[in-house]
Amino acid sequence: MLQLAVHIGALLPLLWLVVAINQGRLGGDPVKELIHYLGMGSIRLLLLTLLVSPLAKSLQFGQLNRLRRPLGLWCFTWASLHFCTWLALDLGLDWSLIGGELVKRTYILLGFSAWLILLAQAITSIPALLRKMGKSWKKLHGLLYVVVLLACWHFWWSVKSGWIEPAIYFAIAVCLLVWRRAAVARWARSFKG
Amino acid sequence: MLIKSRTRSALTEAEATPESSYVSRRTLIKGLGAGLASLAVSSSTWGLDLFGGDNGKEAPRKPLEFSPQKRVPDLMLTPETKVINHNNFYEFGTGKTDPAKNSQGLKIEPWTLTVEGEVAKPATVDVWKLMADIGLEERIYRMRCVEAWSMVIPWVGFELGKFLKRFEPTSRAKYVAFETLYDPEQMPGQRNRYVGGGVDYPYVEGLRMDEAMHPLTILSVGLYGKTLPPQNGAPIRLVVPWKYGFKGIKSIVKIKLVEQMPPTSWNRLAANEYGFYANVNPAVDHPRWSQASERFIGPGGLFAVKRQPTLPFNGYGEEVASLYRNMDLRKFY
Repeated sequence: MLQLAVHIGALLPLLWLVVAINQGRLGGDPVKELIHYLGMGSIRLLLLTLLVSPLAKSLQFGQLNRLRRPLGLWCFTWASLHFCTWLALDLGLDWSLIGGELVKRTYILLGFSAWLILLAQAITSIPALLRKMGKSWKKLHGLLYVVVLLACWHFWWSVKSGWIEPAIYFAIAVCLLVWRRAAVARWARSFKG
Repeated sequence: MLIKSRTRSALTEAEATPESSYVSRRTLIKGLGAGLASLAVSSSTWGLDLFGGDNGKEAPRKPLEFSPQKRVPDLMLTPETKVINHNNFYEFGTGKTDPAKNSQGLKIEPWTLTVEGEVAKPATVDVWKLMADIGLEERIYRMRCVEAWSMVIPWVGFELGKFLKRFEPTSRAKYVAFETLYDPEQMPGQRNRYVGGGVDYPYVEGLRMDEAMHPLTILSVGLYGKTLPPQNGAPIRLVVPWKYGFKGIKSIVKIKLVEQMPPTSWNRLAANEYGFYANVNPAVDHPRWSQASERFIGPGGLFAVKRQPTLPFNGYGEEVASLYRNMDLRKFY
């Protein structure tokens, strides 16, 4: 039931987007609107994903943990659409321009790194791989703590003026990480051997 | 005998406009005498679905009399609905559609403009009277925003230089400082820093004297044959076609000729990103994006958006590059 709600919640805004595009509701510069809409959506889904396990723990409602996978995959989907829109519609698949922008703009590099990690996590979310990878799976998926910081940083540096909105997202991310500091510390220690 | 020569970048209208809208626009202008009703229709075609039922709240725009621009080479006009619904006017919010939504109540009549400072004859003029008396002309200009999007807009206005001469600038006048209306009651962005994008108001801009006197620099009072809507800077704004759009200060109340380089709003907010000159320059990137190309906002939807190369001085180099001879435009960006 809850899972269905997640699927509907993440899919409906995308369907709305299709309608909005067809009706020309994205304003004079629809490409920018689309990129922002998808980017903001993926950050929200990312924060929701991180909310799941501490919430499940404090509510003692283990069922909730089953939402992590669909939320994470939806976050990856939105982030991929955000990235592809930038590649195809903003930069027009001009690969030399894309390469130049990736190298020159730190905030784009931050976003790209976050997306690469999400990509690795999405691929390894196949149950068979989870079993096969054992401990290294936990290490890889713990990188979501890094992804959320990268994503918020990417947002912060991409705005032209007005730091309040990215600051709010940053604050929520930090609160979430602090809330689950024990898990974050365990994950960090796992690299020491 | 008057000899008129046309420089390469002077656009003529036929080539600038898709034929259909060109024809309908001409018809519109012809019919202006009896055409108030048709204006109401044309302004409610596209933008208003965006605001869902805000119908009828749009500030009325009056038809203007002006001499139309003659022929123009291969540029397509940005549709009027996009020009008036995609704006940066942070006094009314930082979103692109916020200004159109939040500015319709701006009281633009009466409106006075004060010219002072290093002039022999400082004065305050009634902008609406000025609009009726001064000879207006159409200028079809490329407009390049620093955010890497562009439009082609048929402005109606007059040359700033000719206007300034009326006040007899003194030899000490080296720069021109402009100021937007400061009225927090009417402008939510001036009441609240969050709405206003953290800019210190009133919004100020400036030009060097030779830039201000250049014949391409205009004070605009209209677009698409009618007075400006509030979101585009009604009733009077600056247009400097070879500079990034943010130099085009809107809803001007004061022009002051000064000796020292005046502060400018975006430079005060982020000096490393927005210089005083702000000349369109594909060779100098913004710290966060390339300025080598731009998304042209023309007719058509999402998938019709075209990325095109940005031209030095936005295509007006032939006329204005000499103003910056011996200047390092990487340093004076």
